[in-house]
Amino acid sequence: MDQNTINHLRELEAESIFVLREVAAQFERPVMLFSGGKDSIVMFHLARKAFYPGKVPFPLMHIDTGHNFQEALDYRDDLCKETGTRLIVKYVQDSIDQGRVAEEKGPNASRNALQTVTLLDAIENEKFDCAMGGGRRDEEKARAKERFFSHRDDFGQWDPKNQRPELWNIFNGKKHVGEHFRVFPISNWTEMDVWQYILLENIEMPSLYYTHKREVFLRDGTWLAKSECLTLKTGEKYQTKQVRCRTIGDITCTGLTLSEANTLEEIIQEVASTRVTERGGRADDKRSEAAMEDRKKQGYF
Amino acid sequence: MSGKENGYLDMELLRFTTAGSVDDGKSTLIGRLLYDSKAIFEDQMEAIENASANKGEEQVNLALLTDGLRAEREQGITIDVAYRYFATPERKFIIADTPGHVQYTRNMVTGASTANAALILIDARNGVIEQTRRHAYIASLLQIPHVVVCINKMDLVDFDQTAYENIKADFKAVAEKLDIENFYFIPMSARDGDNVVDPSTRCPWYTGKTLLQLLETLPVGEDMNRKDARFPVQYVIRPQSDEFHDYRGFAGRVASGEFHVGQEVKVYPGEQISKIQSINLFEEKLDRTIAPQSVSIQLEDEIDISRGSLLSAADNCPKSSQQIEAMICWMSETPMRVRGKYIIKHTSSEVLGIIQEVVNKVDINTLELADENSVGLNDIARIKLKTSKPLFYDSYKQNRITGSFVIIEETTNNTVGAGMII
Repeated sequence: MDQNTINHLRELEAESIFVLREVAAQFERPVMLFSGGKDSIVMFHLARKAFYPGKVPFPLMHIDTGHNFQEALDYRDDLCKETGTRLIVKYVQDSIDQGRVAEEKGPNASRNALQTVTLLDAIENEKFDCAMGGGRRDEEKARAKERFFSHRDDFGQWDPKNQRPELWNIFNGKKHVGEHFRVFPISNWTEMDVWQYILLENIEMPSLYYTHKREVFLRDGTWLAKSECLTLKTGEKYQTKQVRCRTIGDITCTGLTLSEANTLEEIIQEVASTRVTERGGRADDKRSEAAMEDRKKQGYF
Repeated sequence: MSGKENGYLDMELLRFTTAGSVDDGKSTLIGRLLYDSKAIFEDQMEAIENASANKGEEQVNLALLTDGLRAEREQGITIDVAYRYFATPERKFIIADTPGHVQYTRNMVTGASTANAALILIDARNGVIEQTRRHAYIASLLQIPHVVVCINKMDLVDFDQTAYENIKADFKAVAEKLDIENFYFIPMSARDGDNVVDPSTRCPWYTGKTLLQLLETLPVGEDMNRKDARFPVQYVIRPQSDEFHDYRGFAGRVASGEFHVGQEVKVYPGEQISKIQSINLFEEKLDRTIAPQSVSIQLEDEIDISRGSLLSAADNCPKSSQQIEAMICWMSETPMRVRGKYIIKHTSSEVLGIIQEVVNKVDINTLELADENSVGLNDIARIKLKTSKPLFYDSYKQNRITGSFVIIEETTNNTVGAGMII
């Protein structure tokens, strides 16, 4: 590579920084959604780079299902404290208590889908006009057609057949009162790019991503963590395994990978040789062939 | 693992676009590239095996991998632009996968706008047809530097070299009328995998590269404009903290060329001259910056600069005018209003524009010009535009960033057109 080109990670970084600055310039009240997962960690790191030496000009918001890995919450709080960033937390439990949503029943009950209502309520109440998310187009097939700037109507819904064309690097964030945008600054990154970038930039990660001993059980081919939120079905039993997270989400539907990977280099090698997508471990996508598209239309992340 | 900035952390990125309809085997070709380069995971493969079986299909339908939305799976067509990713040890690739029928011209234009290369599929049985001309025209209009002509379904013409040579000659005749710089031909069978990733044993007369080998070696750096230094200002960083009390950084992405510390620059719209004091990328201080880096630049003098301003080299300036002539692709179901007022978004600036005149319209199937002034969905036309303030621009042919704009309808806020300045 000569001195007149930049490598793929630096090009992706430059593109994401460009998008983040467009958000700051085009919107009045943007917010960055933060789950404590690796994608939102990388997105926030890019935001710090985009506005340095200024502070990140928007708050972070976590939609808390109440079903968390404690390590992810600790990481989130430390990060906000260190960087002086404002954190907003909205609880799915509050939406349940207010009767805005009803909890799913049964052993596979998950609060993942309920987050949508909490999120849309938060956007409306806090008058946010743009919510940035760490979604990537390679994650799932409905996401492959998502724009960087994704327009939502005043019901917060996505109309996949009527999306605004997005050409070159010109982003149209114009909207009417009551409408908002979802913006995905790391749209063009793959899982591999994210890990390589974390290594390149030496970004500190929650310990959950590295191998650790944990009590787990097997359900429908997926290893799930022992927690108060999940009850065992007949035939299931807790075992202690050496595992790590490939994604971090709601504890009830985040599948764990049996893994010995203890360094970023080992994680990258594991990702390179792995034969199952990272969402392959997420029970919420398996419900039907169009599960993700349906949730996105309703206003999911 | 080798050093951090080399080895497999140090790959180039190639963005390419594909256009084609179901019948050309385009989805099969992409499925084949993803499958043979091992970018398809077991659970994805399992999902499409189940889906194929549910539809009663005997073979696994690789096309199902790329048809994302429910409506598309039901109708068996690709409606929108879908982005796909794969990597080899040499490069990382982003595919903008677009439908090929004439009613999806706007989607093809969208996919082509960010591409370094275009794949055009030809069915070896049919040769160069209307659709081929359309795809070649869009590649030339959007100034995609490399066009790869995939002559597919060679198995159905018994890998006949004469058939291949005839198609090649026909395509060259089309390309001569257009503005395509580099084109390449590959005989292949996407269904069976001939010359996609691995060389075919069935056409010994072809000794060129396979599609993947070609994609791995096409020059990517060369097609960037390295000559004209342009920096549209996106955002002004003013920390006003104790530590950075006087810091006033102009944040943006280098559109073309390069800038270095100490360089004399001209600032638009005021045309003041100043010098670059520093270039920052986070905590790092750079001596020089090149396209397409995102940086923050400080100047030596206090000049009024805000979003929409543009920095250029002092001795190499953009054009500046309120009278713009451009090729446009119309993207809205509501036809263009001649003498109508629209918002024009060009780099980081936004102005009002009035469409003054339609000079001519292009029939993208025959490539003939027509003196018509009605411009509707998917039409491509040459127009004259007057803007409320001057644009600082280069021709699209010279600069894909400072030469492009989008047209926005004021009442709906929708993006209704894409423009390339002549």
